[in-house]
Amino acid sequence: MKKLALSDEILLKIDKPARYIGNEVNSIVKDPKEAAIRFAMCFPDVYEIGMSHLGIQILYDMFNKREDVYCERVYSPWPDLHQIMKEQQIPLFALESQDAVKDFDFLGITIQYEMCYTNILQVIDLSQIPMFAADRTKDDPFVIGGGPCAYNPEPLADFFDLFYIGEGEISYDALFDCYKEWKASGEDRIGFLRKAAKIPGIYVPQLYEVTYKEDGTIEAFTPKEEGIPEKVEKQLVMNMSESVYPQKPLVPFIKATQDRVVLEIQRGCIRGCRFCQAGMIYRPTREKDVDVLKQYAYHMLKNTGHEEISLSSLSSSDYSSLKELVTFLIEEFKGNGVNISLPSLRIDAFSLDVMSKVQDIRKSSLTFAPEAGSQRLRDVINKGLTEEVILQGAGEAFEGGWQKVKLYFMLGLPTENVEDQRAIAELANKIAVRYYEIPKDRRNGKCQITISTSFFVPKPFTPFQWAKMYPKEHYLACAHTVNDAVKEQLNKKSIKYNWHEADVTVLEGVLARGDRKLGKAILRAYEKGCIFDAWSDMFDNEQWMDSFKETGIDPDFYTLRERPLDEIFPWDFIDAGVTKDFLKREYANALAEKVTKNCRMQCNGCGVGKYKGGVCVEDKN
Amino acid sequence: MKIRIKFGKYGVMKFIGHLDIMRYFQKCMRRADIDIAYSEGFSPHQIMSFAAPLGVGITSDGEYVDIEVHSTKSSKESIDALNAVMVEGVEITSYRKLGDNDKKAMSLVAAADYELYIKDNYEVPDVDFEAALQEFFYKPSEILITKQTKKSEKVMDLKQLVYDFKIYRKEDRPVFYLKVSTGSTDNLKPELVLASFYEYLGLGFDPLSIQIHRIDVYGRIDEKLVSLGQMGEIIE
Repeated sequence: MKKLALSDEILLKIDKPARYIGNEVNSIVKDPKEAAIRFAMCFPDVYEIGMSHLGIQILYDMFNKREDVYCERVYSPWPDLHQIMKEQQIPLFALESQDAVKDFDFLGITIQYEMCYTNILQVIDLSQIPMFAADRTKDDPFVIGGGPCAYNPEPLADFFDLFYIGEGEISYDALFDCYKEWKASGEDRIGFLRKAAKIPGIYVPQLYEVTYKEDGTIEAFTPKEEGIPEKVEKQLVMNMSESVYPQKPLVPFIKATQDRVVLEIQRGCIRGCRFCQAGMIYRPTREKDVDVLKQYAYHMLKNTGHEEISLSSLSSSDYSSLKELVTFLIEEFKGNGVNISLPSLRIDAFSLDVMSKVQDIRKSSLTFAPEAGSQRLRDVINKGLTEEVILQGAGEAFEGGWQKVKLYFMLGLPTENVEDQRAIAELANKIAVRYYEIPKDRRNGKCQITISTSFFVPKPFTPFQWAKMYPKEHYLACAHTVNDAVKEQLNKKSIKYNWHEADVTVLEGVLARGDRKLGKAILRAYEKGCIFDAWSDMFDNEQWMDSFKETGIDPDFYTLRERPLDEIFPWDFIDAGVTKDFLKREYANALAEKVTKNCRMQCNGCGVGKYKGGVCVEDKN
Repeated sequence: MKIRIKFGKYGVMKFIGHLDIMRYFQKCMRRADIDIAYSEGFSPHQIMSFAAPLGVGITSDGEYVDIEVHSTKSSKESIDALNAVMVEGVEITSYRKLGDNDKKAMSLVAAADYELYIKDNYEVPDVDFEAALQEFFYKPSEILITKQTKKSEKVMDLKQLVYDFKIYRKEDRPVFYLKVSTGSTDNLKPELVLASFYEYLGLGFDPLSIQIHRIDVYGRIDEKLVSLGQMGEIIE
C-alpha cells in the first residue's frame, strides 16, 4: 500500500487531507529509482487552484513521456499544515511518491501572479532547501521558475537558480539532456548553470551583474562571464496543432476551481489591448486545427469522465473555426450529459444562439469587458469595443430573454479623468434603458447590471510599462466617483457596483515592475508570516509595508514614477518578441488616443514577425 | 433498470470524504462507459444514490451505490470495466441487478458491522479485554450512554442498538468486532461503543489510536438482517 508523508494524526486534523495524498485519476506512477531526473513541479498556491492550471498539466504530461524523467506535483500547504510542518520539521514532499522535494533534481515553480511570491519562499523553506540560490550545494535541487511573471524575474532573482522564459514545450528536453551530462561529469553546481545559460530561453540570474545609478534606476545589466548571452529569447511553440497536449489530464478528488476538460484552442491574441501583458508576450496568435481539437475533446472527456468541457484562449471569438467547433461540441456531447461551458464570447447573433442552447437564459448572464467607461479612454487602451456594439449586443440579448449583464472595467488607467470614471455608470444606465425599452409584457421584471472594477497595474512588455501608478487613496477615490455616479443614474436600482481594496494593487505594482533589490523585502515579508497574499482574508498590508521600511525599499519608486523612455528596465535583457520600439510607438499612440488595428486587419510591425508563424503568415502561404 | 454496486475503500482513499467519493463515482461511470441514466433539465445529473456515508478515516469492504441504467453488460464485464478505471484503494466487488420495485439501498440500511483495531504505532493497553467485555456488555440488561449531538443530548441503550460485540486477536493485538444499528433513525457510531467500553475499563480513549474498518452494511428483511450485497441477482 502507498505510504504517505504525513501521519494519520496530521491528516485527520487538517482541512481537506485529499490535498496531500496524491493518487488522483491519471496521476503518473513510476519507480523513482528508474528515473535519472526527478522533477517536482510546483504551483505555489493551494491545491484546488494549482490543479486547475493548464500549463502544469501540459508539462506534467510532456515530462513524464520521457522515460528518464519522473515529474511529480507540489502545491502550497495550507496554513494549518504549514504550521505543523514547521513545528515538526517535516520536509515538503511531492504528491506522487510522497518523497521529500529536497532529494529531487529540480524544483520547478510556475509563477502566475505577483501575489504568490511569498508562497514561493514558503515552498523553498518547507522543502528545507537553502533560500538563496547562491547558498545551495551539490545536494540541493535546482530551483527553476517559469510562467508569465518570469518575464520580469528580477524581484525573485536571489531565490532561483534558473528561469525559463516563454512556453515550456520547447527547451526542457535540451535542459534535461544537459543536466544528465553534467551529473555524469561530476562538475560543480555552477558548471551546470553555465551550460544551461546557453540553452535558448534559460536565464541564470547568478551569471548576470546589475549596477545602479544614484537615483536607483539601472545603469547596466550585463553577463558576468564571456559566453553567457546578453539577451534571453522567449521560447514559443510554432506548430500548435502538433504540439504536445495531455489527453489524460489529472482528475482531482476534491473539487478544483477548474473541474472540467479544458481545450486550448489558440495561444495569443490579435487585439493588442495596451494594458494586457498576455496579449503581448504570447504573440503571435497561433491557432490549433479544429479537427485536432475535436479529437482531443473525445479523448479527454473519455479519459477523465468530466461532465463539462470548456474552451481556453485569450479571445475565443477570434478563433477562426469557433462556429464549427462549438456546433460540434453541442451536437456531439450535449445529449450525453456533458455541459458545454462557453468562455466570454463577443455578444452577437451567433454567440446568443449557442448560449441559449447550453445555458438557462434566466440564470445566466452576459459579460462585457469594455475595461474603460468612455470611448476616449477605450481608444487610449486600444480596446476596440464601442458603446454602439455593447448596446446592440445587450439589446439582442434582452430581446432573447436575458436580463443579467456583467460589466468589467479598470480604474487608474493612464490619462483617466473623472469624466471617464463617471462614464462607467452612464454606460451601465444606457444598457438598463435599452432593457426597459422592451414592452412590459415581453420582459421579465427588472434587469440586473453588475459593474465590477479592478485597479490597473502596469506590466512589463506592454505599452504601459512606462506609466505611473497612483497612491492607494487615489484608487479608492476613483471607486467612490463611480459609486456616486451610479447613485445618480435613473436606473440605479438595476445597477450594482463592486470594487476591491487598493492595498494589494499597490503591492502588485511594486512587484510587477520591480528589480533585484526587492528580494530582501519579499524575504522579510515571508519571515513576518506573509503567505497566501492572493487571498484577501490572509493578505496583511502592514507587514509588507514594514518589510519595505526595514529593508530600505521605497515602494513609491516602483509605482509613482512615470519612467523615462530611455530607462533601462530590469526585464530589458529578455527578448519577448515585441520590440521596445513598438511598445514606445504604442505608448505614444495611447497618449494621442489613437487606435491601432488588430493583427488580422493590419500588421503593425510589433517584431514577432521574425518567428514566421501564426497570424503573421495567415493567408500568405 | 436498477443496479447495485458494491465496493471497498482502502489505503489512502480513506481520506476522501463522502461527497468527493460521489463525484469520483460519477466520473468513473463515464470513463467505464456505463450506460447510466440522467435526470431531465438544463444540468442533468446521474441517477445514483449511496447507501450509508462513510466517515473520513474509515476503510471499508462493504460500500454500496445504486444506479439507474438504460442497458447493461454482464456483472462480470461491468465489474471489470469499472475496476479498469478505478484508482488504487477503490475496488468494485459486486454489480447486481435489482427488481424494479426494490427499495434504494439508502432507505434499507438498518445495520453495519465493523472491525476496530488499535493502530500499529499505538501501544495495546494491558487489560484483559475479553473478560471485561462480559461484565461490560453481556451481563447488564441495559447500558445507557449519552450521545452528544449538535443540538441536544440523547440517551441511548447500547443493549438495544449493538447487535454483536466480540473481541478476537490478530497477531496478538485485539480486534473489536461490532455490529451496530445504522441508518437515519438510531444511528450508532462504533467508536462511541468502544469509547464507553474504554471508559468502563478506566482507560483514556484516543480516537486517533483506532482504525475503523467497515465490513458490510445490512438491510432488514422479515426481521432478519440481510447484506445489501445479497439482494438482487447477478447478470450473466
